Amino acid sequence: MSADHNPANRRAEIDQHIADGNFDRAASALRELWRREASSATASFVSSRLDQLREKLPLSKFKLAILRSFTVEPILPLLRAEAFACGIDLAIHLGDFNTYVQEIVDADSSLYRFAPNAVALAVRSEDVAPDLARGFSDMTPESAQQAAERVVHNYEQWVNSFRAHSQAALILHSLERPMHPSFGVLDSQSETGQSGLTRQINRELRRIASEVRGVYVLDYDALVARYGSAHWHDERKWLMARLPIAADHLLHMAREWMRFIVPLTGRTAKCLVVDLDNTLWGGIIGEDGMAGIKVGAEYPGAAFQALQRAMLDLARRGILLGICSKNNLDDAMEALETHPGMLVRAKDFAAMRINWSDKSQNLREIAQELNIGIDALAFLDDNPFEREQVRAALPEITVIEISANPLEYATAVRDCAAFERLALSAEDQQRTAMYAEQRQRATAEQKFQSKEDFFRYLEQEADLDPVSDLTLARVAQLTQKTNQFNVTTRRYSEAQIAEMAKRADWHIFSIKVRDRFGDHGLVGVAITHDNGQQCEVDTFLLSCRVIGRTVETALLAHIAKSAAERGCQRLIGWFLPTKKNAPARDFYREHGFAPGETNDSGTLWVLDLKSSKLASPEWIKLNVTETATTR
Amino acid sequence: MANEGSDLSTFDEVQGIASDIFGVAVAKLTADSSPDTVDTWDSVQHLNLVLALEERFGLQLSPEEIDQMKTLGTTAALIQTKLQTSPR
Repeated sequence: MSADHNPANRRAEIDQHIADGNFDRAASALRELWRREASSATASFVSSRLDQLREKLPLSKFKLAILRSFTVEPILPLLRAEAFACGIDLAIHLGDFNTYVQEIVDADSSLYRFAPNAVALAVRSEDVAPDLARGFSDMTPESAQQAAERVVHNYEQWVNSFRAHSQAALILHSLERPMHPSFGVLDSQSETGQSGLTRQINRELRRIASEVRGVYVLDYDALVARYGSAHWHDERKWLMARLPIAADHLLHMAREWMRFIVPLTGRTAKCLVVDLDNTLWGGIIGEDGMAGIKVGAEYPGAAFQALQRAMLDLARRGILLGICSKNNLDDAMEALETHPGMLVRAKDFAAMRINWSDKSQNLREIAQELNIGIDALAFLDDNPFEREQVRAALPEITVIEISANPLEYATAVRDCAAFERLALSAEDQQRTAMYAEQRQRATAEQKFQSKEDFFRYLEQEADLDPVSDLTLARVAQLTQKTNQFNVTTRRYSEAQIAEMAKRADWHIFSIKVRDRFGDHGLVGVAITHDNGQQCEVDTFLLSCRVIGRTVETALLAHIAKSAAERGCQRLIGWFLPTKKNAPARDFYREHGFAPGETNDSGTLWVLDLKSSKLASPEWIKLNVTETATTR
Repeated sequence: MANEGSDLSTFDEVQGIASDIFGVAVAKLTADSSPDTVDTWDSVQHLNLVLALEERFGLQLSPEEIDQMKTLGTTAALIQTKLQTSPR
């Protein structure tokens, strides 16, 4: 932690690190500055220094286009600084005022030339529905209804046109309800008033988002309500500079965009690890005892219950929970198992480290036990000293910054963009139970003499299916999240997978695995591309929880068999090494592939399908579906 | 948002904010600095300066007041007056 509290000196320190070539230190000092003073002024500083650092840091690159009907320029430095704090180097394309329709419909527009990963359609009621927003009392109920339908129709056309030209994610801002409806309180008495019709349009936007892949709604109306309409707006700035949002809330707009950008880049947290004393409950269990700690329906225990409720919500979203606490195990377990005020219980945690060891070491072990990267952990601890130590030792962890007031803990967790998800699969919702089954498997494995005996005992059963409407989201999600057993680490959006699935020379397979302990769900994906007599493996990946169970052999044997049946002579595949995919390094060699071409990015492996003896292991029962069903 | 532990005058704070916004070292900014002497002080950055000041000091500046911000010195004086007449 920097001892210097003078803002100018902090900035000078960062510039010195940059001048000295200490880019990692400059980056962590810049992030600390942002944590301390997230403001418009600081954002300009962070954004300008980021321009000097961006090529030298391991940041995820992301291109966002903003199509708008109002001034967003002052928000951009805030957005870039927030993105940088999340490990993302954000490039932004800004459309001209109110040119969004031309930009969307024209295939050669600067929007498409920018090749964005995501596009935000940041337009306001006044611009897309002017007669509803301003001239409402001049209209008959029928013409108002027609006006609302016209707005929805326009959106449908824009979305369809956009999808015809781009596979990027599209984020639609919902329309804001009027602060002062034309008919006063009468407006609230029917569904067809000014607010009712705005709600109707927003409902239709949600429908469009649920029907078209990669289209999402940013609930601008709810965002404004969260901070209070009267505070959010600044009428003078609107009239002066076409900026409708007050200075205090520009950061909140930037953060709302980040809640979409973070999951789109895949820089999400897969596990929330919490401290116990004064974090999960009030007080210190080792000193205050069961009767003394505070957690329950009444204040002050209610603050901790609210946090626990937020944690359970995350668990339903597929985010694992963990504990990292300096405590006596027995004291902590008694509270976790039996305290009547607790909403979370020991069974809700996928991993626990309750001991007196260093927290960063415990967090490393938790990541290892759960088979996820350290960068997939988020850490919540009331003690600023512990937070700072963890940040220093493990800079890749998401450390959630909280004040000393427990009433704010739940909101801090709910506001953390690393927990946002844009789609949920069945696997996500059952993840904690799956990890419990995994512990049973690990215990069983120790009882067997040979791996083969253990595999037979497992009674594994696998479904090999072409990708379908039902599995598209999960397949895309796996390409975005899988880092370890992944031969090429190519990331695909749902829309890109859907596009590939339509083409005759591309084949996308998924594998679902069950065994005597439970259901792993959809855990593997293979994507192949035929080129004459050669079939190339574009993607081959497996979720870490089934690595080492020979499931990969079953999936590989299946794509080889399928390629041979289509008349291919050879199956080829690149292994492109990354910092994380060592578990897949020997995959092709171990399955009889011969090394071919090698270049800077990796090695090409080749299998002659005629002479290959590749076959699925006899201990896995296979269920194969042949025909694809994708719209 | 507060610069905790610091004991800066209003002018120092305005100067620090202007340094961030205009991308100019604090040492190169004086009470006389104006759009004529600072290359990056254009209309876009003027709006950014206004927003940063409103955010930092928790106040709102009217179009008339924004027009009065001809130099850093007059800007700091304006903020000072507003803070005294309508404390947060």
